[in-house]
Amino acid sequence: MGENLSQPFEKSAMTQEEMVKINREQRIQTIAFAFMIAITLLAFIAVGADVVPGAFATPFILGLAGVQLFLQLFYFMHLKDKDHGWPNTFIVSGIVLVIPTIVALMLLIGVTKY
Amino acid sequence: MAETTDLSKGLPSHPERATLEGKNKFLGFWVFLAGETTMFATFFGTYLGLRNGTGSGPEAADIFSLPLVFIMTMILLTSSLTSVFAMFAMKKNQFKKMKAWMWVTVALGAAFLGFEIYEFVEYVHYGLGFTTSAFASSFYALVGLHGAHVLFGLLWISLLLIRYRNSGITLTNAPKFYVSSLYWHFIDVVWIFIFTVVYLMGIGG
Repeated sequence: MGENLSQPFEKSAMTQEEMVKINREQRIQTIAFAFMIAITLLAFIAVGADVVPGAFATPFILGLAGVQLFLQLFYFMHLKDKDHGWPNTFIVSGIVLVIPTIVALMLLIGVTKY
Repeated sequence: MAETTDLSKGLPSHPERATLEGKNKFLGFWVFLAGETTMFATFFGTYLGLRNGTGSGPEAADIFSLPLVFIMTMILLTSSLTSVFAMFAMKKNQFKKMKAWMWVTVALGAAFLGFEIYEFVEYVHYGLGFTTSAFASSFYALVGLHGAHVLFGLLWISLLLIRYRNSGITLTNAPKFYVSSLYWHFIDVVWIFIFTVVYLMGIGG
């Protein structure tokens, strides 16, 4: 095994079936990218053209960012694929920690003290 | 490993996780990304806490320019897609294609970084130095930290591409390329929240 580690391969071991699957996957990723572009456009238009009323704009664009986070993590970074149980555990733990961190910092330094 | 992976038929369909070392790199990198997420959270929290503390310096809405941020966002999003394509090429054992997509990713990342430097220089001209106000410090720290990540990613991926320019896709370098592309996606994930929380909320929220 050791000597095989730095050897290139003549061909891929993928079967015809796997090839069809990976090509479909690639199309799905491209569609996910189109969605991301659309979501980004929507967020910029909402703020830039003032089409969403002021108080609703912040939750609206944060929601869009959440959708985009989901698309990046689960599609581009393959978290939805099988054999990704531990990566899911790690990243979800990270995201769970993010919320109290941000809220605590905002409350601690942001209310009156600057 | 040799028992579970048959190499006689060619490159395994998941070359990045065909060896134990590759599996460990893959898992360890996700732990790292979880840690990075938390680190960025502290910078976001600080920025959100201090963003109204502009003192006598310029405010967010005075200096931010949406078109520039929009262009930067599109560049970084596209670079995320090109690195996805590079990973598909890697799994199919198309070495030339993978290299080409990776170099496109690097070029787009460099363009992004160029715009960011231009942006910071503009802000300094408007009178927003690092120590001008609490807003300025937390803004430069957060966006600058992201920029530093972009720079590191560019150097990392370029180094991999130069080192393995002739080697073909092997079980040694496949995990390295895969992990660097995960890192690149993560940079894009952070940018999604920077353009939303810092720029869009700074202008309209």
